[in-house]
Amino acid sequence: MADTARRGALAGRRPSSALLGVVPFFVYVTVFLLVPTLVVVVGAFIATGPGGQGGLSLANVRALAEPAVTSALWHSLILSAVTAVAGAVIGAFLAYAVSTARPDGVLRRFTTSLCGVLAQFGGVALAFAFLATFGATGYLTKLLASTGLDDTGGLWLYEWNKGLMLVYLYFQIPLMLIVFLPAVEGLRPQWREAAETLGGSTWLYWRKIAAPILFPSFVGALLLLFTNAFSAYATAAALVSQGSPLLPLAIGGTLNSEVILGQENVGKAMALLMVVVVAAVMTLYAAIDRRASRWLAR
Amino acid sequence: MSGIRATRRRRQSVLRWVVVTLCMLFFAAPLAGMLDFTTKDAQGNRTGATWAKLVDVQGVSRDYPDLAAGFTASVGLAVLTVVVMLVLLVPTMTWVRLRLPGLSRTVEFLCLLPLTVPAIVLVVGLTPVYSWVTYFLGESTIWLGFAYVILVLPYAYRSLDVGLRAIDVKTLSEAARSLGAGWGTVMVRVVLPNLRTAVLSAAFLAVALTLGEFTIANLFSRTNLQVAMFLLGKSDAQVSVAVGLASLVFAFLVLFALSFVGGRSPSRKETS
Repeated sequence: MADTARRGALAGRRPSSALLGVVPFFVYVTVFLLVPTLVVVVGAFIATGPGGQGGLSLANVRALAEPAVTSALWHSLILSAVTAVAGAVIGAFLAYAVSTARPDGVLRRFTTSLCGVLAQFGGVALAFAFLATFGATGYLTKLLASTGLDDTGGLWLYEWNKGLMLVYLYFQIPLMLIVFLPAVEGLRPQWREAAETLGGSTWLYWRKIAAPILFPSFVGALLLLFTNAFSAYATAAALVSQGSPLLPLAIGGTLNSEVILGQENVGKAMALLMVVVVAAVMTLYAAIDRRASRWLAR
Repeated sequence: MSGIRATRRRRQSVLRWVVVTLCMLFFAAPLAGMLDFTTKDAQGNRTGATWAKLVDVQGVSRDYPDLAAGFTASVGLAVLTVVVMLVLLVPTMTWVRLRLPGLSRTVEFLCLLPLTVPAIVLVVGLTPVYSWVTYFLGESTIWLGFAYVILVLPYAYRSLDVGLRAIDVKTLSEAARSLGAGWGTVMVRVVLPNLRTAVLSAAFLAVALTLGEFTIANLFSRTNLQVAMFLLGKSDAQVSVAVGLASLVFAFLVLFALSFVGGRSPSRKETS
């Protein structure tokens, strides 16, 4: 309310000219962001009958209770949670290890650049990398086979709870490094020196000072990793060619004409479900991030 | 005190090398797998044939037209995305700061909204929008850039916001205006040069995201670099894996070079 009143006052003082400046932005965002979002939200509640058009209905939402959808959601949640936790823990160690290196050193630049590529650029290329390594003719598959550890010929790579987890970790750990490094760098050496001067041990410093300061950042980064894995599509699509074990793949499947007639909008209901999960996690993240930035603010 | 500190530094450096080495082994294993896979012939002997094929530009456009088309499309997409993103965001964000501060929360909210709308969801909602885009502009791959701008929005907003925070836009533009500059001149010759680093990093993020984008292009059945690579993986796996490795190495080299040029990142500037 206050916002609109203020806008009105501004517009009154400088008729139209000031507001005209932001029109292109709002038009663009409406067409390419707000309309698609509305299409998903509204479409999820419109049933398309065999005759084409249908009215408001909960049929699509009810279709979410079907075992194929619930298991895809369940797999997605487990995969995201496990890779988020494992990625966050390993990535946090890596971030701390890198933060003890010289800020302008080659190690630091090399690691952050590599992690930047692996975290954000990956997709199909990462899937190929794992196929070339652990696929039927991959060198590690042969190595594992020759030692007798794995005689399945790398078939585990295509399973959501084995291979996909490993592949997802491959971009989750680098993302954790990028997100968490600024927080670790925010730990000031003076705090440690102060603790030592007062007779505290290293363990005490970590338990009483560093851990409480880093904890909000850590949880925030963990939530970010969760949504990152939850909404990832490319890697899984390139690796899994049959079935839709994950929610993003199931949504993609509804667009790829594998749909039963009259079920087109079930995809929109699944998309809405996904937005709800991501939005909930991101809201939590925003709240935690506000708290975390209290100590990082300089 | 200095003795304790020296011990700690020694211990830290041991820990650093152990952790970094372990992680690097994990990161390197699949990349080594790609290299191994692309340098083997049918008998398992080493050969550089796959890479020789890739270096031969004319051969690639003859034998792998999809790959060449995808590459061209991705480069075009990167340019379009960066241009639209900058034209849309820089003036709007500056304008909001100068004249409409009441709108800044709304603009921020809209720019960060794509973080909660995954690309796969955006595809679902964009289907009707793109049937209009196709109707008006044709079916070219390059129009996907409009959707990519939305994907880039949060990251571009953040880096431009950091840049705008660092300069005093109000004083700069008032000074320019009082010397007789129009708004266009203020944007192009005063604001933009002062935002150089922020614009560069926003542009780099946009390029990286565009070159790596797969979800939207694949589901709209348009061929960009990643989709071409994916499709090629089914017929000529060696070449597609080689392209994948080359793209990763290229992206890494660009990022690594950027970490030396262009100065220090804002977060690091704050710590020192």
